[in-house]
Amino acid sequence: MSVVLTVNRRKRTVEADADKPLLWVLREDLDMPGTKFGCGAGLCGACTVLLDGQAVRSCQTPIAEAAGKQITTIEGVTALPIGKKVVDAWIKIDVPQCGYCQAGQIMSATALLTATPKPSADDILGGMNGNICRCATYVRIEQAIREAAGLETKA
Amino acid sequence: MSAPLTAQPAMSRRSFIAASLASGAAITFEAQIALAAGPGIPEAAVLNAFIRIAADNTVIIGAKNPEIGQGIKTMLPMLLADELDVAWEQVQIEQTDANDKIYGPQVAGGSNATPVNWLPARQAGAAARAMLVGAAAAQWGVDAASLKTSAGRVIDSAGGRSATYASLAKAAAAQPAPELAKVALKKPDQFHIIGTPRKGVDTPKIVRGEPLFGIDTRLPGLLHAAIVKCPLIGGTLASHDDAAVKASPGVMAVVPISSGQCAAGKQDAVAIVGTSWWAVQKLREKLVVQWDTAAQQGFSTELYAKKAAEALGKAAEATLFKAGDADAALSRAAKVITADYSYPFLAHATLEPQNCTALWHAGGTLEFWAPSQNPAAGRKDVAAMMGIAPDAITIHMTRIGGGFGRRLMNDYMVMAAQAAKALPGRPVKLLFDRTDDLRNDYYRPAGWHRFTAGLDAAGALVAFKDHFVTFGAGGKPLRAADMPASEFPASVVPDTHLTQSFLTTNLTTGWLRAPTSNAMAFVYQGFMDEVAEAAGTDLPALMLRTLGAPRDLPTERPTVVFSTARARAVIERVVALAGWTGQPSAVPGKGRGFGFYFSHRGYFAEVVDVTVADGVVKVDKVWIAGDIGSQIINPLNAEHQAQGAAIDGLAQALVWQPVVQKAGAVQTVTFSDFPLLRMDAKPAEIAISWVKSDYPPTGLGEPTLPPVIPAVANAIRAATGKRLRALPLQLS
Repeated sequence: MSVVLTVNRRKRTVEADADKPLLWVLREDLDMPGTKFGCGAGLCGACTVLLDGQAVRSCQTPIAEAAGKQITTIEGVTALPIGKKVVDAWIKIDVPQCGYCQAGQIMSATALLTATPKPSADDILGGMNGNICRCATYVRIEQAIREAAGLETKA
Repeated sequence: MSAPLTAQPAMSRRSFIAASLASGAAITFEAQIALAAGPGIPEAAVLNAFIRIAADNTVIIGAKNPEIGQGIKTMLPMLLADELDVAWEQVQIEQTDANDKIYGPQVAGGSNATPVNWLPARQAGAAARAMLVGAAAAQWGVDAASLKTSAGRVIDSAGGRSATYASLAKAAAAQPAPELAKVALKKPDQFHIIGTPRKGVDTPKIVRGEPLFGIDTRLPGLLHAAIVKCPLIGGTLASHDDAAVKASPGVMAVVPISSGQCAAGKQDAVAIVGTSWWAVQKLREKLVVQWDTAAQQGFSTELYAKKAAEALGKAAEATLFKAGDADAALSRAAKVITADYSYPFLAHATLEPQNCTALWHAGGTLEFWAPSQNPAAGRKDVAAMMGIAPDAITIHMTRIGGGFGRRLMNDYMVMAAQAAKALPGRPVKLLFDRTDDLRNDYYRPAGWHRFTAGLDAAGALVAFKDHFVTFGAGGKPLRAADMPASEFPASVVPDTHLTQSFLTTNLTTGWLRAPTSNAMAFVYQGFMDEVAEAAGTDLPALMLRTLGAPRDLPTERPTVVFSTARARAVIERVVALAGWTGQPSAVPGKGRGFGFYFSHRGYFAEVVDVTVADGVVKVDKVWIAGDIGSQIINPLNAEHQAQGAAIDGLAQALVWQPVVQKAGAVQTVTFSDFPLLRMDAKPAEIAISWVKSDYPPTGLGEPTLPPVIPAVANAIRAATGKRLRALPLQLS
């Protein structure tokens, strides 16, 4: 089927099966490999994108469900003021180790701070616990979120 | 972009540096450095380093090792840049291709890159600097010793002049090359990059989602392959019917292949190659396959446990190490302590699933884009499988989405090569799904230990026995299923007997971050905590007493010694840092545990505070004292590696993740079955203290991990009175 998507504020038309996940449409049809494949089961969060501002697992989002919605991916997240703050904080704190999960982490953090600009420790857990970092960069992920939110960061 | 190296890939054992004027660059320095054989360097090898200085004084440095998140792509160039005396801001870093004939060992494993490269990389930078200074001295008619350098310029303070390295290029190329082994190196207080916090060179690209990883490889005409692999490792293809798959749109080929995990000459997987990975992986259900699994069906987690219990009840099959007479010493001992410990098979679960892109060229050569921790081993495996010369294989290294030892094995390269050969001229990217990945690992092998220790009347450890039940074949342990004969305290207790018995398995085994050590630290330091308790003392005190006077003890590796002085220093540091008293907590449910381990040349002592409530263990704080030598090269990354490794250890201790096998097949195939540690299990605080010693710096990817595991187990004992002797630690 032909699907019209709005990805990072740009209209894109793709030919794909209705059940093809948004993740694979991004990676294969739109040549946007920033969104990562981790588990294909919605368990690791590596494929997180924003759908109308909500963090979703793109591996679990059939393309038909994304039609007509605003999709934001890691490639376009800095166009959002909060996304820019998150990415800047990620660079300042130097969060990545291997870096593979970080696109998903950044998208979840952007959704979190959009909904909750000054998150508590529990809010941060609530927003981020779905995103696995196999290198366990969790200390710096938390620091970077606090930095982006303008909260006090531990030394 | 690959490095335009012209150095002869001959295994000459001579060290030299050569400078040349190259098109597009002001000057190129190529250093060839002879490396002595040693740990991580199987045979004497040469290492080539390259530095290019562009006309605008940009300095391009080649990064030769695979980057798996350990920060090596940043760290090795830091060594060159500091001695070259350029500003870090003017440095650009280029990943080299994999070619061990040119670059020497290119392995992300064993925490070896720091000890292997610490001197050679600096010598290369210093030699290039000496040639630039020599050129300026000749040009200005002054003594080279009167000149200084800074930020890529040679400075003549007396003459009030300076020149950029780029402007000196032509003259520097004509300078005599200094002898690398004799070139003057900076004193530590002169370092301006080494020892300063430097961010990961790829961080800006990672946070923009740029294609860096193997899975992101994009090439014209790229095809995609999904695999149907025998669910029982070692099982082979009996028959298959691919008619329905081949009739589907977008399918280019269906190729029976061998992963290298089954017997030579057999096939244990079928690759479906087409224009979309999403499409070909869906077609897997249409493939009709019969497997021959008769030889594998009998293996299971349950069987291993039963066989291990039987083996522990019998005399061991072989002696690993013997000193004195342990049985006689035990019969004289004032107190005898005995306990059984065990740990399960573990998967690596790198977040980037295994993948590799291969292109079979018409002339019978192969080109790879491979996320491999050991591309040289991959070259060898592929050459053997495909029957081509190793030199017919070109390997481009991609950034790697997690290694942890999984990618020291190169099954994905071997498989991608066979799929690509079926479609000459078209690059094929082979990608595992998560189930393929968790079911076809090279697992950290399970193990069982029966310990017996004897204390004399004064509470000294005088006798020690361990019967280790592991996996092996032909009387030898499988890969990563071994135990060092020098395992502490066997190395110091006068009457000691370490023995082994072997079970069989169809599972492929391999190295998991801090291999062997991640298991041995738990069982040995867990048991030593019991010995300390029986001796009426605590583990740090027992360790200090047993370590004894400062001295060097031999290890399996001729070039590595175990310094009891360095061990003592980190134990004393962490005890002071944590305010360890050895007294139980006054608060119910709170407990504190200690663990020490020496691995990968690093000395680490760690203290963990836990709170146990309603059967749930929460880690409140981890204190880490580590000695990895005289210099922390990149403190920003060092802190990060130590934090990550400690939390990785907590995952092994506390997250319920044994690999479960039934009827020959691994059953734990999703992140539900094999969970990874999430943010909620992160300790509230991790405090790190470096003990600087007068030894050359060593690696940090691994040695922080092992001691945190027994420290947690021992903390749970302190908090609850329960002694947990099996991983993962479970209270009920």
